[in-house]
Amino acid sequence: MREGSRVRVRRGDRTLEGVVMPSKEEFVVLKLDSGYNVGLKREELHGIEELDTPGEHGVEEEGTGSGERGESREPGEGELSVLSTGGTIASKIDYRTGGVRPGYSAEDLLRAVPELEEVAPINADVVFEKLSENVDPGDWVSLAKRVHGEIEDGAEGVVVTHGTDTMAHTAAALSFMVETPVPVVFTASQRSADRPSSDNVLNAVSAAKFALSDVAEVSVVMHEESSDTTCLAHRGTRVRKMHTSRRDAFRSPNARPLARVGEDVEVLVDEHVRRGEVELTLRDDLNVDVGLVKFYPGMPTEVLEPFFERFDGLVIEGTGLGHVSSDLVSTVREGVASGVTVVMTSQCIHGRVCDRVYETGRDMLDAGVVEGEDMLPGTALVKLMWLLPRADGGKLRRLIKTPLRGELSRRSRSDLF
Amino acid sequence: MSGLKVGFEFHQQLDTEEKLFCGCPPELREVEDADHSLVRRLHPTESELGEVDRAALEEARRKRVFRYLGFTNSTCLVEEDEEPPRRLNREALDLARQVALLLGSEPVDRVEVMRKIVIDGSNTAGFQRTALVALGGEVDTSEGPVRVETVALEEEAAQRQGREDGFTVFSLDRLGIPLIEVGCAPDIESPGQAREFAERVGTIFRSTGRVKRGIGTIRQDVNISVEGGARVELKGVQELGLVEDYVEREAARQRALLDIRDELDERGVSGSVLEPVDVSGIFERTGSQVIRDALESGGGVYAGVLRGFEGLLGKEVQPGRRFGTELSDRAKTAGVGGILHTDEMPGNGVTREEVESLRDAVSASRRDVVVLVADERDAAMDALDRVGERVREALRGVPGETRRPLPDGNSQYMRPLPGAARMYPETDVPPVEVSRERVGRMRGELPELVPDTVTRFVEEYGLNEEMAKQVARSGYRDLFEAAVTATGVDPVLAVRTILHYPRELGVEVDEGRLFEVMDAVSGGEVAKEAVPGILEELGRGDRAVAEIVEDLGLQGLEEEELREVIREVLRDRRGFVEENGMDAVGPLMGPVMGRVRGSVDGAEVNRVLVDEIKRLLED
Repeated sequence: MREGSRVRVRRGDRTLEGVVMPSKEEFVVLKLDSGYNVGLKREELHGIEELDTPGEHGVEEEGTGSGERGESREPGEGELSVLSTGGTIASKIDYRTGGVRPGYSAEDLLRAVPELEEVAPINADVVFEKLSENVDPGDWVSLAKRVHGEIEDGAEGVVVTHGTDTMAHTAAALSFMVETPVPVVFTASQRSADRPSSDNVLNAVSAAKFALSDVAEVSVVMHEESSDTTCLAHRGTRVRKMHTSRRDAFRSPNARPLARVGEDVEVLVDEHVRRGEVELTLRDDLNVDVGLVKFYPGMPTEVLEPFFERFDGLVIEGTGLGHVSSDLVSTVREGVASGVTVVMTSQCIHGRVCDRVYETGRDMLDAGVVEGEDMLPGTALVKLMWLLPRADGGKLRRLIKTPLRGELSRRSRSDLF
Repeated sequence: MSGLKVGFEFHQQLDTEEKLFCGCPPELREVEDADHSLVRRLHPTESELGEVDRAALEEARRKRVFRYLGFTNSTCLVEEDEEPPRRLNREALDLARQVALLLGSEPVDRVEVMRKIVIDGSNTAGFQRTALVALGGEVDTSEGPVRVETVALEEEAAQRQGREDGFTVFSLDRLGIPLIEVGCAPDIESPGQAREFAERVGTIFRSTGRVKRGIGTIRQDVNISVEGGARVELKGVQELGLVEDYVEREAARQRALLDIRDELDERGVSGSVLEPVDVSGIFERTGSQVIRDALESGGGVYAGVLRGFEGLLGKEVQPGRRFGTELSDRAKTAGVGGILHTDEMPGNGVTREEVESLRDAVSASRRDVVVLVADERDAAMDALDRVGERVREALRGVPGETRRPLPDGNSQYMRPLPGAARMYPETDVPPVEVSRERVGRMRGELPELVPDTVTRFVEEYGLNEEMAKQVARSGYRDLFEAAVTATGVDPVLAVRTILHYPRELGVEVDEGRLFEVMDAVSGGEVAKEAVPGILEELGRGDRAVAEIVEDLGLQGLEEEELREVIREVLRDRRGFVEENGMDAVGPLMGPVMGRVRGSVDGAEVNRVLVDEIKRLLED
């Protein structure tokens, strides 16, 4: 029985008709005329007749509808570039695995969200197609180059669709790599695009609106609340996915969101980079030999040691104000002495690191650890990758603690927790 | 009725511990108890076959905004479509398989959960999760067998609460309650057979002992067609008593529509197209309230012509509902209040002069009907478009559609019939396999059918038929049998304890406690007269029965203690006893029972009282 063919089979004393769906092992999955799929044991089906051949029911062959990359044209006046990288805002059901996979072309996104073109003329293209857990620093670099190219070609703004899991990391990476005179807006969907309730429509439309705004920064635009009412634009270096599944999973733990996007854009911060304020610059070299490790109670020294052997930089997610156990202090000290740059962040996520309060903290500073201020651990990781090729010694340590892309602040506002 | 085909789909809510795809209790709540709400929109999506469902598209055109009411204590992120579903509830699946086997249906080897696109807002996800559990089967009726086609397990939809501030409001408590759906072939040939079939299936549902009871817990969709007509689905018929009416009236409706088609054919009417024209000017000083309201709120009056339809809009299709009503229902889906047409004008404040100017304005002859919609321009144009669609369907006969049953036996348009294009796999829920061995085991352990239970209870336990039916149909069949066989409690007292007393007292008592009560009575620890008091106490709060017995001083008296109490009563009434002799027994039962407060069985009190009076008289 071939996938996609219509068959008639006997099972016991009943005759069944349906279209063969992708099936594995001992079960045949048949789509009945009612639309239901049923799983039937292959060995119990008899008198199999193929009634017609695959394709006549519109069952798409593997791979179609996703190969429309590479034919991008230059954006025209006032056009938004929409770059797709995969994720559930542009996903499709995979017959073979039965799961949802990225696979929509950028055109498919426009077909799924026709409202996008009501916001602005759209020039859409695919940069890569990846589940975001598979996105790596190499992908950040190719995306940065591509975004740079679109802006150079005159895009009014850039929207990047991305899987939600590591979208914040990619947004932070682009924040450092691309200095932009126009908004670069990441968006995604938490509830996959194949469901009528998907958050993709509001998110994509809001992202497009924000990409036309005056806020020329790299940002993430996602639902503000569970309702389909408004979205928030978060600074790319400040945003974090804080819930596994909710639509309003994205928050800015230590900062105010840049703006609220409803019918219009309402800017919520006092300062931001304005459209045209900076010159388009691409600085895309990274040192990917930077690690991120989370301390946990009882962590043995032999778990931490290899990080110092492997990496040029290490971000530690310490406890509380920025601690690891006293037993690990000497390991850290030796690591720093061997030339590894160590940045301390906190697994509290909210709040600022301060290693001057407790003895272990003071030991950390003494060992040469740099306080990551109120930076998110993921952002500190990206920043360190980006800084390592550009500075060393005292300059590097100073830059880590200096706000370059709004990733940290000198003041801790009282209204952020 | 020849050519009449009636098919049923039954939906029965199950009384499981948890909902079908989450850990929430399948509990209905009062709307006032909702403690938060969400606002959502739904968008049509393509199915796995790259098609968009017709019913879904039509809903999408309505562009509705939905508000969902949540209950923090009994609904969760799954109902809110904010978290993937849990695995398919195995308890519900087992119940569905039981029902399937009782219907002679053959379980599939692997259950695949599907998403059925429903974007009327009744499902937060925009689809209803449903899975086909078994295929085939048959139910006997006195007019011949009716084939079962499918047994499915699906999640109940959210409950529509009406419209408010431009939102369609739903409450989330009902969403996700497991439902068994039984679909039958169109074998039913008379309304009476339909009813008999419905009762048979209802009996099978109840035999599982695990179904919800009460209004709304069982619903039927009825599919009806006459020869030359089309399948029309009446959605959610709750009153079995009305099934015959619905079938008859739908059959009559389809025949009336076929007559209209034939008449149009005879008149040579073809492809009559509406040409909407703004005729607001004619009605500037109209006496029609509807039109004035529309004009005053900034709308207009728009007219379309139905060439050659003269007189047909007034033709009755169901008692009190005319073909014009069908057009009006369709127009309402565009969000307008309805239509006006020249078959009913002059009238309703519209004058003869206005009608004449109207006909002139749109160049309509006497043989044509002019349809008016008074509303905001876009909505009115959309409404006239939809009327046009309905009119074109009339040229072909009966449109296949889903209709809402009305309380009087008529029905009203809801949406086009959904097609197979609205189903695609629910990829968040893994399929569930079942082995042949397990099905075989289930077949051997099927629950007894309610009628068999009734017969057996009458024979084995000496219950009268009424009581036997009550227990057999309640969810307490197993408790009753366990109590009677394990404790030896009197079967009639068991029925009273389990069903009657709690109902009379308006209390809900845990099954385990009911068992304790019956055990205490049959063990002689407490008299049967004390049962209502104990149940009442249990209704106030759950605690051990022994504790209640002690608190209320209900411990059974030893015979010597009882004799002491009786002697005391007799001492005070010596004169009365001597005067009345053994006739004093009856009147003295009251005072004695009052003293022992239900801690001794009445028969026992009577025996000892007789004994003591005899002894006193002999003295």
